[in-house]
Amino acid sequence: MIIHHPLLGPRDSAEFTYLGDANLIDRPDWQDKKAADKFYEYQYLRNNPAGEHQELWYHEAGDRSWLVVTRNTVTHEITKVELARDVARARGRSK
Amino acid sequence: MSDAMTGLNRLDGGLIDRSAELNFRFDGKSLEGYGGDTLASALLANGVRLMGRSFKYHRPRGVLSAGAEEPNAIVALREGAFTEPNTRATTAELFDGLVARSQNRWPSLAFDAMAVNDIMSDFLTAGFYYKTFMWPAKFWEKIYEPIIRHAAGLGALSGMSDPDCYDKGFLHCDLLIIGAGPAGLAAALTAGRSGARVIIADEDFLPGGRLNAETIAVGDAAGAEWAAQVAAELASMPNVRLMTRTTVIGAFDHGIYGAVERVTDHLATAPDGTARQVLWRIYSKRSILCAGSIERPIAFANNDRPGIMQAGALRAYANRWAVAAASEVAVFTNNDDGHRTASDLAAKGVKVTAIIDTRADAPDHGDAEVLAGACVTDSRGRLGLSKIKVRSADGSQRWIKCGALGVSGGWNPNVHLTCHQRGRPVWNEAIAAFVPGAVGPVGLSSAGAASGMFSTAAALTGGAVAAVNALGEIGIKAKAMAMPEAEDAPVSITAFWHVTGKGRAWLDQQNDVTVKDVKLAHQENFQSVEHLKRYTTLGMATDQGKTSNIAGLAVMAEIAGKTIPEVGTTIYRPPYTPTAIGAFGGRSRDETFRPVRLTPSHKWASEQGAVFVEVGMWMRAQWFPQAGETEWRQSVDREVLATRRSVGVCDVTTLGKIDVQGADAATFLNRIYCNGFAKLPVGKTRYGLMLREDGIVMDDGTTARLGETQFVMTTTTANAVGVFRHMEFARQCLWPDLDVQIISTTEAWAQFAVAGPNSRKVLEKIVDPAFDISNDAFPFMACGEITVCGGLRARLFRISFSGELAYEIAVPTRYGDALIRRLMEAGEEFDITPYGMEALGVMRIEKGHAAGNELNGTTTALNLGLGRMVSKTKDSIGSILSEREGLTRDDALIQVGFKPVDPNDPVVAGSHLMNIDDPANAAHDQGYITSAAYSPCLESSIGIGFLENGATRKGEIIRAMNPVEGSEIMVEVVSAHFVDPEGERLRA
Repeated sequence: MIIHHPLLGPRDSAEFTYLGDANLIDRPDWQDKKAADKFYEYQYLRNNPAGEHQELWYHEAGDRSWLVVTRNTVTHEITKVELARDVARARGRSK
Repeated sequence: MSDAMTGLNRLDGGLIDRSAELNFRFDGKSLEGYGGDTLASALLANGVRLMGRSFKYHRPRGVLSAGAEEPNAIVALREGAFTEPNTRATTAELFDGLVARSQNRWPSLAFDAMAVNDIMSDFLTAGFYYKTFMWPAKFWEKIYEPIIRHAAGLGALSGMSDPDCYDKGFLHCDLLIIGAGPAGLAAALTAGRSGARVIIADEDFLPGGRLNAETIAVGDAAGAEWAAQVAAELASMPNVRLMTRTTVIGAFDHGIYGAVERVTDHLATAPDGTARQVLWRIYSKRSILCAGSIERPIAFANNDRPGIMQAGALRAYANRWAVAAASEVAVFTNNDDGHRTASDLAAKGVKVTAIIDTRADAPDHGDAEVLAGACVTDSRGRLGLSKIKVRSADGSQRWIKCGALGVSGGWNPNVHLTCHQRGRPVWNEAIAAFVPGAVGPVGLSSAGAASGMFSTAAALTGGAVAAVNALGEIGIKAKAMAMPEAEDAPVSITAFWHVTGKGRAWLDQQNDVTVKDVKLAHQENFQSVEHLKRYTTLGMATDQGKTSNIAGLAVMAEIAGKTIPEVGTTIYRPPYTPTAIGAFGGRSRDETFRPVRLTPSHKWASEQGAVFVEVGMWMRAQWFPQAGETEWRQSVDREVLATRRSVGVCDVTTLGKIDVQGADAATFLNRIYCNGFAKLPVGKTRYGLMLREDGIVMDDGTTARLGETQFVMTTTTANAVGVFRHMEFARQCLWPDLDVQIISTTEAWAQFAVAGPNSRKVLEKIVDPAFDISNDAFPFMACGEITVCGGLRARLFRISFSGELAYEIAVPTRYGDALIRRLMEAGEEFDITPYGMEALGVMRIEKGHAAGNELNGTTTALNLGLGRMVSKTKDSIGSILSEREGLTRDDALIQVGFKPVDPNDPVVAGSHLMNIDDPANAAHDQGYITSAAYSPCLESSIGIGFLENGATRKGEIIRAMNPVEGSEIMVEVVSAHFVDPEGERLRA
């Protein structure tokens, strides 16, 4: 596969390490009253769609960027690639 | 017609080089061929029709095809370690000195004792594996399977290491064209002239495809001449790469194709340093499949005799290789194309004894007697065809003499690559064949016969148009050139799959699958295509059913009373043809299997005669044998005792080092580690425990605070990469606005542990006088940036893995070799002793320090006896889930030490722990031993491991069982801190 890195252009997927669902960005608040349940869901419950999926890829043999790649799990078509940092900020993560 | 010099059956003409006479051997017999021959064409020219034995029944078999689809003529090439079994004689290019052997026969090809299987064929029908040897079960592995494996099979490996070298390469292009027949050449010419970057690849050594096998004219030239002219023009274009002997084996995602180029397979010996084969990864923007089509046989009783072949192959041998498979031939066809074989062979002076056409309205071109509405019902000839039995339209039967029979059941477009991403071919009734479906690999189109357009004119035009369209999609304007005129015959075919009647009619010759087997599969309800394949083995093995799948499917459709598209079709996966494993490995083998990382003291350690051990990619000194030491334990015991008595030194560079900087560095580490780091003072080092988010321990190590905003973290050697990746994830995805930067400095610093009561005295001799490293000024867990040896910058950490007074000292990597030599000099008066991985391991077990065996991905901080380290007053990765009920049970496994009751008993890592009175089984498992060593200090074997409720069981005697090694010993549960439990030495 070829991943169009937002900073580095088209790169072979062999340069990357795969992690999984981009929901791993949405780590719960440790002080939430239901933290135990929320961390359980965060850690173990994943959607496994046949179709469009946002997932985390790490450019390990490149610039060490974590990317959010929107990939169709059926066709492997990649429709969007973003820096995970930008996605995390857009989802309200900061410090 | 015959040519006495180089073979019985050589005709005039052909695309062979008669000036290049090539000697070769087949089953020990010396034969001659010409340049341009394949092994198959040369064998046929020499009158050799028998080339192999079938897989299951050991039936005599000859060549069926003239290409990559060959199921029968499978041979072993070359000798000794160079032996390559299961090679198709039809694609093996002849060279002088070639040695080939037939396979799957004993004692000889002409007399094969295993042919007794043929007589027992009723016993070996479809599904025989599943039905016959079910009982008793234990007989299967020991008796039945070895017998069947011996009797049925293909070639044998040499058993030696492959002496050839292989390589990999990467290519990029606008347009990849797969196949250099008329469609491919037309596409490449069109694209090449437009200036686009083009790769055209063909598995053959001669570009042209069927143009080389036919007598068809293209414009004013013979087809083969036109192909040669176009190939020459393409070769002259700087933007075109014409790759012959190159098979595109797979279509992968996003326009990436795999291709194997056979660089030296046509040479007797490869020039030094030349890769035998190169596996190319081709990145294309667009691609066109011009892979042609494969002719399918018609099944009839005894249709597998040597001499019975595809009609198209029969005339390919005559036209391209100037070989008549026999002096008298016949043709059996259900379509017009079969008649071409009769015409071409008759024109070459070969006697055509009959054309048997299943169609009542068969054409008659006057080449031979045409039997319309007739079919072949049987054949004779023990090791080669001598006659065929024909049933005429009126039902009468007669025998017709022929040494070869060309059979044409129609042509199947070669859709293989269009299925590699689960694309499904669709049935085209007009040509009675599957054509590429609408959904295939993105960017791949098809042209010519591969798309179901069988005429030469359609191939030329189709190729050119496909190139214009493909390039247009990526913004390159190509001009559609007028193609030269060529035959444009319509396809005239009436589907006909098998002749009904008694006797076994072969569908899949490689796997010995007959029409009867398909019927049996249907009868036993294995009716889906996938079940049919697995039950009968139809379409398996090296040819993957290239000549048999569709006919098998058609027979199933007929029995089930369905149409072929209703039955469906199996699809294909890479590779298109069998590919040497060596090509996938490339240069990654033996010493170059993966990169090797050497520590900065490697050269020095080699000079000392160190024994090395692989630790991941690293080579680390395992121990340093001295004169007189004959056994490793002697060296290791000495190294341990010398270190504990005086001073030892060990290269610990391989531990991961991560430099963490930024205003929020402390905050960041405080979340990465489960214990507190926010308040670590500058100049101090702290042990840190890192959890995964699920609460399991991920890694541990020490982290030093060199400045307000700078930390240096160490990780275990094994997890250096994973921890860094994890920290980047946390930094970028979880807390993107923290002001923190990280970089791996593992290879930037050479680091040595200097351990033992005299370690400070040694270091004082090299640390520059400006730096006070006395116990008061530089106590346990201190760290600092210093200079050594008169101004060389260094980092000093007072940390200890051995439990002794110890330091780790780091200098820039390029000074690592100098530093170890200087340390050895400075330590000479203290008998400084280098120690390796084993002594390091012994000392850490003596101290009960966890390492990889304990941080094994299943253990928690609580298990390690470090439960209290997990801070509940801050956010850190893993802290919440580490509190789950199952991970905090009262009877949790706790790390403890074990000492054998009898000091002579060795403690074995991996042993499971059982109470003395309990039965020894999984239900009563009390835990397990993770690490064990002989402690020269305690003069006893010792171990550490995890025991249920271990903290409260000190002094208990339990059993350590290792059923794998058959050992069982009694051990006493003790503290894991065997040596200096109060930690007085390391603070000294």
